Amino acid sequence: MPPIISVQGLNKTYASGFEALKNLDLDINTGEIFALLGPNGAGKTTLISIICGIANPTRGTVTADGHDILTDFRQARAKIGLVPQELATDAFETVWATVNFSRGLFGKAPNPAHLEKILRQLSLWDKRNSKIKALSGGMKRRVMIAKALSHEPKILFLDEPTAGVDVELRRDMWEMVRGLREQGVTIILTTHYIEEAEEMADRIGVISNGEIILVEEKTALMRKLGKKQLTLSLREPLANVPDSLAAMPLTLSEDGRELNYNFDTEQEHSGISELLKELDSQGVEFRDLRTRESSLEDIFVGLVHGQ
Amino acid sequence: MNLYSVRAIYMFEMARTWRTLLQSVATPVISTSLYFVVFGSAIGSRMVDIDGVSYGAYIIPGLIMLTLLMQSISNASFGIYMPKFSGTIYEVLSAPISYVEIVLGYVGAAATKSVILGLIILITATFFVDYRIDHPIWMFSFLVLTSITFSFLGFVIGIWADGFEKLQIVPMMIVTPLVFLGGTFYSIDMLPSFWQGVTLLNPVVYLVSGFRWSFYGVSDVHIAVSTGMTFGFLVLFIALVWWIFKTGYKLKS
Ligand SMILES: Nc1ncnc2c1ncn2[C@@H]1O[C@H](COP(=O)(O)OP(=O)(O)OP(=O)(O)O)[C@@H](O)[C@H]1O
Ligand SMILES: [Mg+2]
Repeated sequence: MPPIISVQGLNKTYASGFEALKNLDLDINTGEIFALLGPNGAGKTTLISIICGIANPTRGTVTADGHDILTDFRQARAKIGLVPQELATDAFETVWATVNFSRGLFGKAPNPAHLEKILRQLSLWDKRNSKIKALSGGMKRRVMIAKALSHEPKILFLDEPTAGVDVELRRDMWEMVRGLREQGVTIILTTHYIEEAEEMADRIGVISNGEIILVEEKTALMRKLGKKQLTLSLREPLANVPDSLAAMPLTLSEDGRELNYNFDTEQEHSGISELLKELDSQGVEFRDLRTRESSLEDIFVGLVHGQ
Repeated sequence: MNLYSVRAIYMFEMARTWRTLLQSVATPVISTSLYFVVFGSAIGSRMVDIDGVSYGAYIIPGLIMLTLLMQSISNASFGIYMPKFSGTIYEVLSAPISYVEIVLGYVGAAATKSVILGLIILITATFFVDYRIDHPIWMFSFLVLTSITFSFLGFVIGIWADGFEKLQIVPMMIVTPLVFLGGTFYSIDMLPSFWQGVTLLNPVVYLVSGFRWSFYGVSDVHIAVSTGMTFGFLVLFIALVWWIFKTGYKLKS
Protein backbone atom coordinates (compact mmCIF):
# COMPACT_ATOMS: atom_id res chain seq x y z
CA MET A 1 0.00 0.00 0.00
CA PRO A 2 1.39 3.43 -0.84
CA PRO A 3 2.11 5.72 2.10
CA ILE A 4 -0.87 7.83 3.16
CA ILE A 5 1.39 10.78 3.70
CA SER A 6 4.55 11.31 1.76
CA VAL A 7 6.88 14.19 2.48
CA GLN A 8 9.72 14.75 0.05
CA GLY A 9 12.58 17.18 0.24
CA LEU A 10 10.56 19.48 2.45
CA ASN A 11 12.26 22.67 3.42
CA LYS A 12 10.95 25.51 5.52
CA THR A 13 12.76 28.75 6.00
CA TYR A 14 10.83 31.29 8.06
CA ALA A 15 10.74 34.96 7.14
CA SER A 16 13.32 35.53 9.88
CA GLY A 17 15.74 33.43 7.81
CA PHE A 18 15.58 30.54 10.25
CA GLU A 19 15.64 27.15 8.57
CA ALA A 20 13.16 25.10 10.58
CA LEU A 21 13.00 22.07 8.27
CA LYS A 22 15.95 20.85 6.26
CA ASN A 23 15.22 18.70 3.25
CA LEU A 24 12.95 16.46 5.19
CA ASP A 25 11.70 13.11 3.84
CA LEU A 26 9.08 11.09 5.64
CA ASP A 27 6.48 8.48 4.75
CA ILE A 28 3.54 7.64 6.98
CA ASN A 29 1.90 4.25 6.43
CA THR A 30 -1.81 3.86 6.08
CA GLY A 31 -3.52 2.94 9.31
CA GLU A 32 -0.57 3.28 11.63
CA ILE A 33 0.00 5.34 14.72
CA PHE A 34 3.14 7.32 14.14
CA ALA A 35 4.80 9.14 17.00
CA LEU A 36 7.02 12.07 16.19
CA LEU A 37 9.48 12.75 18.94
CA GLY A 38 11.91 15.58 19.24
CA PRO A 39 13.09 18.28 21.61
CA ASN A 40 11.52 21.74 21.77
CA GLY A 41 12.05 23.66 18.58
CA ALA A 42 12.90 20.56 16.55
CA GLY A 43 10.31 21.40 13.89
CA LYS A 44 7.42 19.09 14.75
CA THR A 45 4.74 21.76 14.71
CA THR A 46 6.25 23.35 11.62
CA LEU A 47 6.04 20.03 9.76
CA ILE A 48 2.42 19.48 10.80
CA SER A 49 1.47 23.06 9.95
CA ILE A 50 2.77 22.66 6.44
CA ILE A 51 1.01 19.36 5.85
CA CYS A 52 -2.27 20.83 7.12
CA GLY A 53 -2.04 24.03 5.08
CA ILE A 54 -1.36 26.47 7.89
CA ALA A 55 2.16 27.36 6.79
CA ASN A 56 3.60 27.49 3.30
CA PRO A 57 6.50 25.19 2.42
CA THR A 58 9.62 26.84 1.08
CA ARG A 59 10.57 23.84 -1.05
CA GLY A 60 9.55 20.23 -1.45
CA THR A 61 6.35 18.29 -1.93
CA VAL A 62 3.83 16.66 0.33
CA THR A 63 1.00 14.35 -0.64
CA ALA A 64 -1.86 13.21 1.55
CA ASP A 65 -3.74 10.13 0.38
CA GLY A 66 -2.17 10.68 -3.02
CA HIS A 67 -3.21 14.34 -3.32
CA ASP A 68 -0.65 17.11 -3.48
CA ILE A 69 -1.31 19.48 -0.58
CA LEU A 70 -0.82 22.55 -2.73
CA THR A 71 -2.23 21.78 -6.16
CA ASP A 72 -4.92 19.43 -4.91
CA PHE A 73 -5.52 21.00 -1.53
CA ARG A 74 -9.26 20.35 -1.41
CA GLN A 75 -8.96 16.59 -1.58
CA ALA A 76 -5.86 16.53 0.58
CA ARG A 77 -7.25 18.68 3.38
CA ALA A 78 -10.66 17.00 3.38
CA LYS A 79 -8.86 13.86 4.55
CA ILE A 80 -7.06 15.51 7.42
CA GLY A 81 -8.10 16.45 10.92
CA LEU A 82 -5.81 18.57 13.09
CA VAL A 83 -5.62 19.13 16.82
CA PRO A 84 -3.01 21.85 17.17
CA GLN A 85 -0.61 22.23 20.04
CA GLU A 86 -2.04 25.51 21.27
CA LEU A 87 -5.47 25.56 22.83
CA ALA A 88 -7.50 27.83 20.59
CA THR A 89 -11.26 27.82 20.86
CA ASP A 90 -14.07 30.27 20.49
CA ALA A 91 -15.24 31.45 23.87
CA PHE A 92 -18.89 32.25 23.35
CA GLU A 93 -19.95 29.41 21.10
CA THR A 94 -21.52 26.30 22.56
CA VAL A 95 -19.78 22.94 22.18
CA TRP A 96 -22.51 21.75 19.85
CA ALA A 97 -22.33 24.85 17.67
CA THR A 98 -18.58 24.67 17.35
CA VAL A 99 -18.45 21.02 16.24
CA ASN A 100 -21.25 21.71 13.79
CA PHE A 101 -19.28 24.65 12.46
CA SER A 102 -16.19 22.48 12.00
CA ARG A 103 -18.08 19.85 10.08
CA GLY A 104 -19.63 22.44 7.79
CA LEU A 105 -16.32 24.22 7.33
CA PHE A 106 -14.83 21.01 6.03
CA GLY A 107 -17.59 20.79 3.48
CA LYS A 108 -19.60 17.97 4.96
CA ALA A 109 -23.37 17.79 5.11
CA PRO A 110 -24.80 18.01 8.63
CA ASN A 111 -24.82 14.72 10.51
CA PRO A 112 -26.03 15.13 14.08
CA ALA A 113 -25.77 11.41 14.78
CA HIS A 114 -22.05 11.38 14.00
CA LEU A 115 -21.42 14.45 16.10
CA GLU A 116 -23.35 12.95 18.97
CA LYS A 117 -21.24 9.80 18.77
CA ILE A 118 -18.03 11.82 18.94
CA LEU A 119 -19.19 13.99 21.80
CA ARG A 120 -20.28 10.92 23.74
CA GLN A 121 -16.93 9.22 23.10
CA LEU A 122 -15.14 12.26 24.43
CA SER A 123 -17.49 12.60 27.41
CA LEU A 124 -18.65 15.98 26.15
CA TRP A 125 -22.26 15.10 25.47
CA ASP A 126 -23.47 16.52 28.78
CA LYS A 127 -21.65 19.72 27.98
CA ARG A 128 -22.99 20.14 24.48
CA ASN A 129 -25.00 23.23 25.36
CA SER A 130 -22.30 24.84 27.49
CA LYS A 131 -20.34 27.78 26.24
CA ILE A 132 -16.75 26.80 25.62
CA LYS A 133 -15.39 29.47 27.94
CA ALA A 134 -17.14 27.68 30.81
CA LEU A 135 -15.16 24.47 30.24
CA SER A 136 -11.95 23.40 31.93
CA GLY A 137 -8.69 23.24 29.99
CA GLY A 138 -8.86 19.48 29.57
CA MET A 139 -12.41 19.70 28.29
CA LYS A 140 -11.40 22.42 25.84
CA ARG A 141 -8.76 20.12 24.49
CA ARG A 142 -11.38 17.44 24.03
CA VAL A 143 -13.54 19.96 22.21
CA MET A 144 -10.64 20.55 19.84
CA ILE A 145 -10.36 16.81 19.26
CA ALA A 146 -14.10 16.64 18.63
CA LYS A 147 -13.78 19.44 16.08
CA ALA A 148 -10.96 17.62 14.32
CA LEU A 149 -13.02 14.43 14.16
CA SER A 150 -16.26 16.11 13.15
CA HIS A 151 -15.63 15.67 9.44
CA GLU A 152 -14.56 12.03 9.66
CA PRO A 153 -10.93 12.45 8.60
CA LYS A 154 -8.81 9.53 7.42
CA ILE A 155 -5.71 11.12 8.86
CA LEU A 156 -5.52 12.71 12.28
CA PHE A 157 -2.72 14.93 13.51
CA LEU A 158 -2.42 15.33 17.26
CA ASP A 159 0.20 17.91 18.18
CA GLU A 160 0.98 17.16 21.81
CA PRO A 161 -2.53 16.04 22.63
CA THR A 162 -1.79 15.19 26.22
CA ALA A 163 0.22 18.23 27.27
CA GLY A 164 -1.29 19.48 30.50
CA VAL A 165 -3.83 16.70 30.63
CA ASP A 166 -4.41 14.63 33.75
CA VAL A 167 -3.55 10.93 33.93
CA GLU A 168 -7.11 9.74 33.60
CA LEU A 169 -7.87 11.82 30.56
CA ARG A 170 -4.58 10.77 29.02
CA ARG A 171 -5.60 7.12 29.39
CA ASP A 172 -8.97 7.98 27.83
CA MET A 173 -7.25 9.63 24.90
CA TRP A 174 -4.99 6.69 24.30
CA GLU A 175 -8.06 4.53 24.35
CA MET A 176 -9.76 6.80 21.85
CA VAL A 177 -6.72 6.92 19.58
CA ARG A 178 -6.53 3.12 19.54
CA GLY A 179 -10.24 2.99 18.73
CA LEU A 180 -9.70 5.36 15.83
CA ARG A 181 -6.92 3.25 14.47
CA GLU A 182 -9.18 0.24 14.58
CA GLN A 183 -11.57 2.20 12.40
CA GLY A 184 -8.74 2.69 9.94
CA VAL A 185 -7.71 6.24 10.81
CA THR A 186 -4.01 7.00 10.47
CA ILE A 187 -2.73 8.94 13.46
CA ILE A 188 0.34 11.08 13.70
CA LEU A 189 1.06 12.41 17.15
CA THR A 190 3.84 14.41 18.66
CA THR A 191 4.62 14.11 22.28
CA HIS A 192 7.19 14.85 24.90
CA TYR A 193 6.00 11.94 27.03
CA ILE A 194 8.09 9.09 25.78
CA GLU A 195 5.92 6.60 27.62
CA GLU A 196 3.14 7.79 25.37
CA ALA A 197 5.03 6.89 22.24
CA GLU A 198 6.15 3.65 23.83
CA GLU A 199 2.60 2.80 24.76
CA MET A 200 0.84 3.88 21.59
CA ALA A 201 3.01 4.04 18.52
CA ASP A 202 3.53 1.50 15.79
CA ARG A 203 6.43 3.50 14.45
CA ILE A 204 8.52 6.24 15.87
CA GLY A 205 10.29 9.08 14.14
CA VAL A 206 12.80 11.30 15.84
CA ILE A 207 13.29 14.83 14.58
CA SER A 208 15.99 17.16 15.72
CA ASN A 209 17.03 20.53 14.30
CA GLY A 210 14.68 20.19 11.37
CA GLU A 211 15.95 16.79 10.30
CA ILE A 212 14.49 13.33 10.73
CA ILE A 213 17.30 11.46 12.36
CA LEU A 214 15.53 8.14 12.74
CA VAL A 215 12.37 6.32 11.73
CA GLU A 216 11.83 2.83 13.02
CA GLU A 217 9.22 0.30 14.09
CA LYS A 218 8.84 0.85 17.80
CA THR A 219 9.55 -2.75 18.74
CA ALA A 220 12.53 -2.99 16.40
CA LEU A 221 13.83 0.28 17.68
CA MET A 222 13.65 -0.82 21.24
CA ARG A 223 15.26 -4.11 20.44
CA LYS A 224 17.96 -2.65 18.26
CA LEU A 225 18.95 0.18 20.47
CA GLY A 226 17.87 -1.62 23.57
CA LYS A 227 20.53 -1.75 26.20
CA LYS A 228 20.18 -3.72 29.35
CA GLN A 229 21.61 -3.04 32.70
CA LEU A 230 22.50 -5.70 35.20
CA THR A 231 22.53 -4.60 38.80
CA LEU A 232 24.20 -6.66 41.49
CA SER A 233 23.47 -5.90 45.14
CA LEU A 234 26.61 -6.74 47.06
CA ARG A 235 26.77 -8.39 50.44
CA GLU A 236 29.73 -6.25 51.48
CA PRO A 237 30.29 -2.75 50.12
CA LEU A 238 33.29 -2.29 47.85
CA ALA A 239 35.61 0.72 47.96
CA ASN A 240 36.26 0.51 44.23
CA VAL A 241 35.87 -1.73 41.24
CA PRO A 242 38.44 -4.58 41.40
CA ASP A 243 41.41 -3.98 39.07
CA SER A 244 40.85 -7.21 37.20
CA LEU A 245 37.41 -5.94 36.16
CA ALA A 246 38.51 -2.42 35.21
CA ALA A 247 38.23 -3.17 31.49
CA MET A 248 34.55 -4.05 31.79
CA PRO A 249 31.75 -1.43 31.54
CA LEU A 250 31.13 -1.43 35.25
CA THR A 251 30.08 1.31 37.61
CA LEU A 252 29.90 1.24 41.35
CA SER A 253 27.14 3.05 43.25
CA GLU A 254 28.13 5.75 45.75
CA ASP A 255 27.61 3.63 48.80
CA GLY A 256 29.60 0.83 47.16
CA ARG A 257 26.73 -1.62 47.60
CA GLU A 258 25.61 -1.88 44.00
CA LEU A 259 27.54 -2.81 40.92
CA ASN A 260 26.01 -1.89 37.55
CA TYR A 261 26.92 -3.62 34.33
CA ASN A 262 25.72 -2.36 30.94
CA PHE A 263 25.35 -4.77 28.07
CA ASP A 264 23.79 -4.91 24.67
CA THR A 265 21.06 -7.49 24.13
CA GLU A 266 21.81 -7.59 20.43
CA GLN A 267 25.38 -8.77 20.92
CA GLU A 268 26.14 -12.47 20.82
CA HIS A 269 28.27 -12.21 23.81
CA SER A 270 26.92 -10.31 26.74
CA GLY A 271 29.95 -10.91 28.95
CA ILE A 272 27.77 -11.72 31.92
CA SER A 273 29.24 -15.14 32.65
CA GLU A 274 32.81 -13.77 32.56
CA LEU A 275 31.75 -11.06 34.94
CA LEU A 276 30.15 -13.45 37.38
CA LYS A 277 33.10 -15.87 37.26
CA GLU A 278 35.57 -13.08 37.85
CA LEU A 279 33.54 -11.73 40.79
CA ASP A 280 33.43 -15.21 42.26
CA SER A 281 37.16 -15.64 41.95
CA GLN A 282 37.66 -12.25 43.58
CA GLY A 283 35.44 -13.35 46.45
CA VAL A 284 32.81 -10.68 45.85
CA GLU A 285 29.45 -12.02 46.98
CA PHE A 286 26.07 -10.68 46.06
CA ARG A 287 22.62 -10.87 47.62
CA ASP A 288 20.46 -10.06 44.64
CA LEU A 289 20.61 -9.54 40.93
CA ARG A 290 18.28 -7.82 38.52
CA THR A 291 18.30 -6.63 34.92
CA ARG A 292 16.52 -3.63 33.44
CA GLU A 293 15.77 -2.83 29.82
CA SER A 294 16.47 0.74 28.80
CA SER A 295 13.34 2.65 27.94
CA LEU A 296 12.64 4.65 24.83
CA GLU A 297 13.47 7.66 26.90
CA ASP A 298 17.08 6.54 27.32
CA ILE A 299 17.24 5.81 23.61
CA PHE A 300 15.81 9.17 22.75
CA VAL A 301 18.09 11.15 24.99
CA GLY A 302 21.04 9.17 23.67
CA LEU A 303 20.08 9.88 20.08
CA VAL A 304 19.47 13.58 20.36
CA HIS A 305 22.60 14.17 22.37
CA GLY A 306 24.76 11.90 20.32
CA GLN A 307 23.84 13.76 17.16
CA MET B 1 -17.29 25.87 -4.61
CA ASN B 2 -18.12 24.32 -1.28
CA LEU B 3 -21.40 25.74 -0.10
CA TYR B 4 -21.37 23.98 3.26
CA SER B 5 -18.11 25.72 4.07
CA VAL B 6 -19.29 29.14 2.99
CA ARG B 7 -22.48 28.64 4.94
CA ALA B 8 -20.57 27.54 8.05
CA ILE B 9 -18.49 30.73 8.10
CA TYR B 10 -21.46 32.92 7.20
CA MET B 11 -23.68 31.44 9.89
CA PHE B 12 -20.90 31.64 12.45
CA GLU B 13 -20.49 35.33 11.75
CA MET B 14 -24.19 36.01 11.78
CA ALA B 15 -24.53 34.14 15.07
CA ARG B 16 -21.91 36.48 16.49
CA THR B 17 -24.04 39.42 15.36
CA TRP B 18 -27.19 38.16 17.04
CA ARG B 19 -25.25 37.34 20.17
CA THR B 20 -24.04 40.92 20.41
CA LEU B 21 -27.25 42.54 19.24
CA LEU B 22 -27.00 45.48 21.59
CA GLN B 23 -23.53 46.45 20.51
CA SER B 24 -23.81 45.55 16.85
CA VAL B 25 -27.28 46.85 16.04
CA ALA B 26 -28.63 49.04 18.81
CA THR B 27 -25.53 51.21 19.17
CA PRO B 28 -25.28 52.39 15.54
CA VAL B 29 -29.04 52.86 15.30
CA ILE B 30 -29.17 54.99 18.43
CA SER B 31 -26.16 57.10 17.53
CA THR B 32 -27.48 57.79 14.03
CA SER B 33 -30.91 58.62 15.47
CA LEU B 34 -29.25 61.29 17.60
CA TYR B 35 -28.15 63.02 14.40
CA PHE B 36 -31.69 62.88 13.09
CA VAL B 37 -32.99 64.42 16.30
CA VAL B 38 -30.38 67.15 16.51
CA PHE B 39 -29.84 68.05 12.85
CA GLY B 40 -33.14 66.90 11.46
CA SER B 41 -35.79 67.88 13.93
CA ALA B 42 -34.12 70.52 16.10
CA ILE B 43 -31.55 72.52 14.11
CA GLY B 44 -32.87 71.44 10.72
CA SER B 45 -36.05 73.48 11.08
CA ARG B 46 -33.95 76.66 11.23
CA MET B 47 -31.83 75.76 8.19
CA VAL B 48 -32.59 76.70 4.62
CA ASP B 49 -33.37 73.92 2.17
CA ILE B 50 -30.50 72.64 0.03
CA ASP B 51 -31.27 71.89 -3.61
CA GLY B 52 -34.93 72.06 -2.70
CA VAL B 53 -34.62 69.39 0.00
CA SER B 54 -35.23 70.13 3.67
CA TYR B 55 -32.04 70.01 5.70
CA GLY B 56 -33.19 67.13 7.89
CA ALA B 57 -33.94 65.04 4.82
CA TYR B 58 -30.81 66.21 3.01
CA ILE B 59 -28.45 64.68 5.56
CA ILE B 60 -30.13 61.26 5.75
CA PRO B 61 -28.25 59.63 2.84
CA GLY B 62 -24.89 60.85 4.16
CA LEU B 63 -25.61 59.60 7.65
CA ILE B 64 -26.66 56.21 6.39
CA MET B 65 -23.50 56.14 4.29
CA LEU B 66 -21.49 56.93 7.42
CA THR B 67 -23.05 53.97 9.22
CA LEU B 68 -22.55 51.66 6.25
CA LEU B 69 -18.87 52.51 5.93
CA MET B 70 -18.14 52.32 9.64
CA GLN B 71 -20.10 49.15 10.23
CA SER B 72 -18.91 47.32 7.13
CA ILE B 73 -15.31 48.04 7.98
CA SER B 74 -15.56 47.24 11.65
CA ASN B 75 -17.66 44.10 11.18
CA ALA B 76 -15.51 42.59 8.50
CA SER B 77 -12.24 43.56 10.17
CA PHE B 78 -13.36 42.21 13.52
CA GLY B 79 -14.69 39.03 11.93
CA ILE B 80 -11.31 38.00 10.56
CA TYR B 81 -9.20 39.63 13.25
CA MET B 82 -10.77 37.66 16.10
CA PRO B 83 -9.80 34.18 14.84
CA LYS B 84 -6.33 35.50 14.13
CA PHE B 85 -6.14 36.87 17.64
CA SER B 86 -7.59 33.81 19.39
CA GLY B 87 -5.71 31.33 17.20
CA THR B 88 -8.85 29.64 15.86
CA ILE B 89 -7.84 30.75 12.36
CA TYR B 90 -5.90 27.47 12.17
CA GLU B 91 -9.12 25.69 11.45
CA VAL B 92 -10.12 27.93 8.55
CA LEU B 93 -6.63 27.69 7.07
CA SER B 94 -6.60 23.90 7.32
CA ALA B 95 -10.08 23.49 5.83
CA PRO B 96 -10.50 22.27 2.24
CA ILE B 97 -11.71 25.64 1.04
CA SER B 98 -10.36 28.22 -1.33
CA TYR B 99 -9.82 31.85 -0.51
CA VAL B 100 -12.89 32.75 -2.52
CA GLU B 101 -15.01 30.74 -0.12
CA ILE B 102 -13.37 32.23 2.96
CA VAL B 103 -13.97 35.73 1.65
CA LEU B 104 -17.54 34.95 0.62
CA GLY B 105 -18.30 33.79 4.15
CA TYR B 106 -16.69 36.65 6.05
CA VAL B 107 -17.39 39.51 3.66
CA GLY B 108 -20.87 38.22 2.89
CA ALA B 109 -21.81 38.16 6.56
CA ALA B 110 -20.37 41.60 7.25
CA ALA B 111 -22.14 43.08 4.22
CA THR B 112 -25.44 41.44 5.15
CA LYS B 113 -25.25 42.96 8.57
CA SER B 114 -24.53 46.43 7.14
CA VAL B 115 -27.46 46.19 4.75
CA ILE B 116 -29.79 45.19 7.58
CA LEU B 117 -28.49 48.08 9.68
CA GLY B 118 -28.89 50.52 6.81
CA LEU B 119 -32.50 49.47 6.36
CA ILE B 120 -33.23 49.70 10.08
CA ILE B 121 -31.80 53.22 10.15
CA LEU B 122 -33.82 54.15 7.11
CA ILE B 123 -36.97 53.05 8.89
CA THR B 124 -35.94 54.77 12.11
CA ALA B 125 -35.45 58.01 10.18
CA THR B 126 -39.13 58.11 9.26
CA PHE B 127 -39.92 58.80 12.91
CA PHE B 128 -37.90 61.99 12.92
CA VAL B 129 -37.76 63.41 9.41
CA ASP B 130 -39.92 63.50 6.28
CA TYR B 131 -37.98 62.18 3.33
CA ARG B 132 -38.65 60.48 0.03
CA ILE B 133 -36.84 57.96 -2.15
CA ASP B 134 -37.10 58.79 -5.87
CA HIS B 135 -35.11 55.81 -7.13
CA PRO B 136 -35.59 52.95 -4.67
CA ILE B 137 -33.81 50.35 -6.80
CA TRP B 138 -30.77 52.57 -7.15
CA MET B 139 -30.94 53.34 -3.47
CA PHE B 140 -30.95 49.66 -2.55
CA SER B 141 -28.21 48.86 -5.06
CA PHE B 142 -25.97 51.57 -3.63
CA LEU B 143 -26.71 50.30 -0.15
CA VAL B 144 -25.70 46.76 -1.05
CA LEU B 145 -22.74 47.71 -3.20
CA THR B 146 -21.29 50.04 -0.59
CA SER B 147 -21.73 47.43 2.12
CA ILE B 148 -19.93 44.81 0.07
CA THR B 149 -17.18 47.15 -1.03
CA PHE B 150 -16.31 48.36 2.42
CA SER B 151 -16.63 44.92 3.93
CA PHE B 152 -13.78 43.99 1.59
CA LEU B 153 -11.80 46.93 2.93
CA GLY B 154 -12.64 45.81 6.46
CA PHE B 155 -11.40 42.31 5.67
CA VAL B 156 -8.09 43.77 4.48
CA ILE B 157 -7.79 45.86 7.63
CA GLY B 158 -8.58 42.88 9.84
CA ILE B 159 -5.75 40.94 8.29
CA TRP B 160 -3.35 43.86 8.41
CA ALA B 161 -4.13 44.77 12.03
CA ASP B 162 -1.99 43.22 14.73
CA GLY B 163 -3.70 44.92 17.65
CA PHE B 164 -7.09 46.22 18.63
CA GLU B 165 -6.03 49.87 18.18
CA LYS B 166 -5.25 49.30 14.53
CA LEU B 167 -8.77 47.99 14.02
CA GLN B 168 -10.06 51.32 15.28
CA ILE B 169 -7.64 53.58 13.47
CA VAL B 170 -9.04 53.38 9.97
CA PRO B 171 -12.74 53.83 10.80
CA MET B 172 -12.12 56.55 13.37
CA MET B 173 -9.17 58.45 11.92
CA ILE B 174 -9.83 58.16 8.22
CA VAL B 175 -13.40 57.17 7.41
CA THR B 176 -15.21 59.45 9.87
CA PRO B 177 -13.38 62.63 8.79
CA LEU B 178 -13.81 61.75 5.13
CA VAL B 179 -17.54 61.24 5.58
CA PHE B 180 -17.98 64.45 7.56
CA LEU B 181 -16.01 66.43 4.99
CA GLY B 182 -17.53 64.53 2.09
CA GLY B 183 -20.76 66.44 1.73
CA THR B 184 -22.83 64.60 4.30
CA PHE B 185 -23.93 67.82 6.00
CA TYR B 186 -23.63 70.26 3.08
CA SER B 187 -23.60 70.47 -0.66
CA ILE B 188 -20.09 70.98 -1.94
CA ASP B 189 -21.40 73.92 -4.01
CA MET B 190 -21.58 75.76 -0.72
CA LEU B 191 -17.77 75.65 -0.36
CA PRO B 192 -15.32 78.23 -1.82
CA SER B 193 -14.10 76.98 -5.18
CA PHE B 194 -10.62 76.04 -3.92
CA TRP B 195 -12.14 73.75 -1.29
CA GLN B 196 -14.52 72.32 -3.83
CA GLY B 197 -11.51 71.14 -5.79
CA VAL B 198 -9.92 69.67 -2.68
CA THR B 199 -13.17 67.97 -1.72
CA LEU B 200 -13.34 66.18 -5.03
CA LEU B 201 -10.21 64.28 -3.94
CA ASN B 202 -12.26 62.80 -1.13
CA PRO B 203 -13.57 59.47 -2.38
CA VAL B 204 -16.51 59.52 0.01
CA VAL B 205 -17.98 62.53 -1.85
CA TYR B 206 -18.85 60.27 -4.77
CA LEU B 207 -20.51 57.69 -2.55
CA VAL B 208 -22.61 60.21 -0.64
CA SER B 209 -23.51 62.13 -3.77
CA GLY B 210 -24.67 59.06 -5.65
CA PHE B 211 -26.62 57.77 -2.69
CA ARG B 212 -28.33 61.14 -2.21
CA TRP B 213 -29.22 61.21 -5.88
CA SER B 214 -31.14 57.96 -5.42
CA PHE B 215 -33.22 59.70 -2.74
CA TYR B 216 -33.84 63.17 -4.16
CA GLY B 217 -32.53 63.18 -7.69
CA VAL B 218 -29.98 65.86 -6.81
CA SER B 219 -26.24 65.29 -6.66
CA ASP B 220 -22.91 67.07 -6.44
CA VAL B 221 -21.32 64.89 -9.10
CA HIS B 222 -22.94 62.98 -11.90
CA ILE B 223 -24.54 59.68 -10.93
CA ALA B 224 -22.47 57.86 -13.54
CA VAL B 225 -19.28 59.12 -11.89
CA SER B 226 -20.54 57.99 -8.49
CA THR B 227 -21.40 54.56 -9.78
CA GLY B 228 -18.04 54.27 -11.52
CA MET B 229 -16.18 55.30 -8.38
CA THR B 230 -18.07 52.79 -6.23
CA PHE B 231 -17.16 49.99 -8.60
CA GLY B 232 -13.62 51.33 -8.70
CA PHE B 233 -13.34 50.91 -4.94
CA LEU B 234 -14.83 47.47 -5.13
CA VAL B 235 -12.25 46.37 -7.69
CA LEU B 236 -9.43 47.98 -5.73
CA PHE B 237 -10.34 46.26 -2.46
CA ILE B 238 -10.94 42.91 -4.14
CA ALA B 239 -7.50 43.24 -5.71
CA LEU B 240 -6.03 43.87 -2.26
CA VAL B 241 -7.73 40.79 -0.84
CA TRP B 242 -6.53 38.75 -3.79
CA TRP B 243 -2.97 39.94 -3.20
CA ILE B 244 -3.16 39.07 0.50
CA PHE B 245 -4.19 35.51 -0.24
CA LYS B 246 -1.75 35.12 -3.06
CA THR B 247 1.17 36.07 -0.86
CA GLY B 248 -0.22 34.66 2.39
CA TYR B 249 0.41 38.11 3.85
CA LYS B 250 0.04 37.95 7.65
CA LEU B 251 -2.07 34.81 7.40
CA LYS B 252 0.47 32.10 6.73
CA SER B 253 4.08 32.06 7.78
N1 LIG C 1 6.59 31.88 12.73
C1 LIG C 1 7.87 31.59 12.98
N2 LIG C 1 8.85 32.45 12.60
C2 LIG C 1 10.14 32.16 12.83
N3 LIG C 1 10.57 31.04 13.42
C3 LIG C 1 9.66 30.15 13.81
C4 LIG C 1 8.27 30.37 13.62
N4 LIG C 1 7.60 29.31 14.10
C5 LIG C 1 8.53 28.47 14.59
N5 LIG C 1 9.77 28.97 14.42
C6 LIG C 1 11.02 28.32 14.80
O1 LIG C 1 11.11 27.10 14.13
C7 LIG C 1 11.67 26.10 14.98
C8 LIG C 1 10.77 24.91 15.03
O2 LIG C 1 9.58 25.25 15.73
P1 LIG C 1 8.41 24.23 15.97
O3 LIG C 1 7.30 24.96 16.60
O4 LIG C 1 8.14 23.51 14.71
O5 LIG C 1 9.07 23.24 17.02
P2 LIG C 1 8.44 22.00 17.77
O6 LIG C 1 9.26 20.83 17.41
O7 LIG C 1 7.01 21.93 17.53
O8 LIG C 1 8.73 22.38 19.28
P3 LIG C 1 7.85 22.14 20.59
O9 LIG C 1 8.17 20.78 21.08
O10 LIG C 1 8.37 23.17 21.53
O11 LIG C 1 6.43 22.34 20.24
C9 LIG C 1 11.89 26.77 16.33
O12 LIG C 1 13.25 27.10 16.43
C10 LIG C 1 11.06 28.00 16.28
O13 LIG C 1 11.64 29.03 17.00
MG1 LIG D 1 5.34 22.11 18.64
